[in-house]
Amino acid sequence: MIAPQTLFDKLWASHEIARREDGEALLWVDRHYVHEGSFHAFSQVKARGRPVAEPGLTFGVADHYVPTRGSRRAIANPEIARMVRQVEENTAANHVTLFGLDDPRQGIVHVVGPEQGLTLPGLLIGCGDSHTSTHGALGAYAFGIGASEVAHVLMTQTIWQRKPTRMRVTVDGKVAPGITAKDIVLAIIAQIGADGATGCAIEFAGAAIRGLSMEGRLTLCNMSIEAGARCGMVAPDATTFAYLRGRPYAPAGADFDRAVKQWSALVTDGGAAFDREVTLDAAAIAPIVTWGTSPEDALPIDASVPDPAREPDEARADYLRGALAYMGIAPGQKLTDVAVDRVFIGSCTNSRIEDLRAAAAVLAGRVSKVPGLVSAGSSLVKRQAEEEGLDHIFRNAGLEWGESGCSMCVGINGDLVAPGERCASTTNRNFRGRQGPGARTHLMSPAMVAAAAVTGHLADVRVLMAGRKI
Amino acid sequence: MEKLVSLTASACPLNVANLNTDQLLPARFLKWPRSAGIGKVLLHDLRFDAEQRERPDFPLNRPAWRDAKIVVGGRNFGCGSSREAAVYALYDYGVRCVIAPSFGDIFSGNAIQNGLLTAIVSDDDAAALMAALEAKPDQPVTVDLEQQIILCGNTTYPFTVDPVRRMRLLNGWDDIDITDSYRDRIAAFKADDRTRRPWATPRATS
Ligand code: SF4
Repeated sequence: MIAPQTLFDKLWASHEIARREDGEALLWVDRHYVHEGSFHAFSQVKARGRPVAEPGLTFGVADHYVPTRGSRRAIANPEIARMVRQVEENTAANHVTLFGLDDPRQGIVHVVGPEQGLTLPGLLIGCGDSHTSTHGALGAYAFGIGASEVAHVLMTQTIWQRKPTRMRVTVDGKVAPGITAKDIVLAIIAQIGADGATGCAIEFAGAAIRGLSMEGRLTLCNMSIEAGARCGMVAPDATTFAYLRGRPYAPAGADFDRAVKQWSALVTDGGAAFDREVTLDAAAIAPIVTWGTSPEDALPIDASVPDPAREPDEARADYLRGALAYMGIAPGQKLTDVAVDRVFIGSCTNSRIEDLRAAAAVLAGRVSKVPGLVSAGSSLVKRQAEEEGLDHIFRNAGLEWGESGCSMCVGINGDLVAPGERCASTTNRNFRGRQGPGARTHLMSPAMVAAAAVTGHLADVRVLMAGRKI
Repeated sequence: MEKLVSLTASACPLNVANLNTDQLLPARFLKWPRSAGIGKVLLHDLRFDAEQRERPDFPLNRPAWRDAKIVVGGRNFGCGSSREAAVYALYDYGVRCVIAPSFGDIFSGNAIQNGLLTAIVSDDDAAALMAALEAKPDQPVTVDLEQQIILCGNTTYPFTVDPVRRMRLLNGWDDIDITDSYRDRIAAFKADDRTRRPWATPRATS
């Protein structure tokens, strides 16, 4: 009898080509996603004069630098135009499929992969982007890699890895109405810390996780990296299979049913051991916002920010002072008293159709007190939202309805938050300067961003949704 | 990749926890090819103010630490974005070793690909090293990768580093050279896998 295995052990074992005595293993890569930022890697490949080993397993997108406003081809900044052109040239030269600027399937890499059925249970997925952890939501082993590793995957379709330690985060029970995957994952990060899962492969489990839609699971796994994890995953189940059926690149017909049989075995066996277990009670999770400059600086909306004067640990007090000063928040201030200057709904964390619906449910019939931008996670999500009339709700609320891309999550396409400006954002990083030099970011769910928009300050969405359907 | 066996140089303390790669290299410089001189913009928004003037109190701008080849950082150094250019920025600035209690996973992976050593010390030793450097900024620090020790003044501090990464640094090995020696096993795996997991190939291209 084989010893009971975790889901991660099974994924790892099915990709191991060789293991060296020193413990590093050579793993087969099933899918490789590239984007504009992969240009360093393509230069390395070119410098070695080697072909891309498996162009059919590599897919490119234009997402990080693409414009979200006006004509997409008329890029004023020549450096940004060059970035978009480069990914077109690099993928074409290497016979790699690109979902480029003019492709109806274009979008953020971590939205497009699952949407196209490229991301499947049981796959090992690499991409030169830290939020590659997102794809684990379908029961894949997916992780971010650096440019040299991207080059290595391009040249060999393999990657060297040391096996991460296994961590299970169990969220038991049922979340209260209005609580989303974003609140769950922020609660987890607040509990274990921004480096709480360093070196770990997280499996998310428990009734509250099983109850999440595919969109919710994608949000959850997306932010595993913000706890330092190598990857995050949810075992595939009926929700996963229903999501995948009929997607363009997923197996079809009898092949799909055969695949489901194999995928169904991708679960942690009873009695399998984890190196670390963390448990949360779903019922205790409230809507959460971040107040500081690390995703671990997250608190329930009805809380007040910490007061450094009450912090006995001097180093911690120093950190609190620095974070509060950067954020322009007084010690001990109530979160609901923090006024915002703008809102952003988008990014690979929260820009899927369900996210847009949740924000629209709050915004319907209301007007935003501050300017804001909504950028769908993919051009297909954008189209679907328009078919559902969500764009009207956003526009009528006074928000801008943009094209799809990374946009204000990282600001490198020019969608920036101004210095000193405070943005309620559905993104994943509230780092200093993340949305632009001097920008102040508060992370929260799409519904909570919508609540901040209509009130002009951080606000509890549950109050706004009283009497409305959530 | 350049070998690294032992290094004696000035060492700059950067007493910040969770120093992320967005700070090491702000996103707007990601468009730069490496040849543009990424080292110049290392830690740009911490080193320079909005008018591009150096902030004199930032450690790396202080005379004793301007040419530091070693950085002593706080916990979770290099967390965040996977941008390898953050490592290029450090390396091209001249940094060959970062010492910290913990590192972002992807950052330390990128570091080794480029010959940058990430040396892990205890929280207490990191604090002690920083205090020693603050007290005597111009004393050189030695990082000995063979013996896995750091020498500062009369004190030695042990550090840990992944054994594989240590071997690669000591020998200056590139990953790709090693992988090429596994070519046959990769081909065999692939052939076998196509029958084992037929669904793993994307439909539209199979
Ligand atoms: S949306 Fe933001 S986090 Fe996601 S891939 Fe783009 S830049 Fe990275």
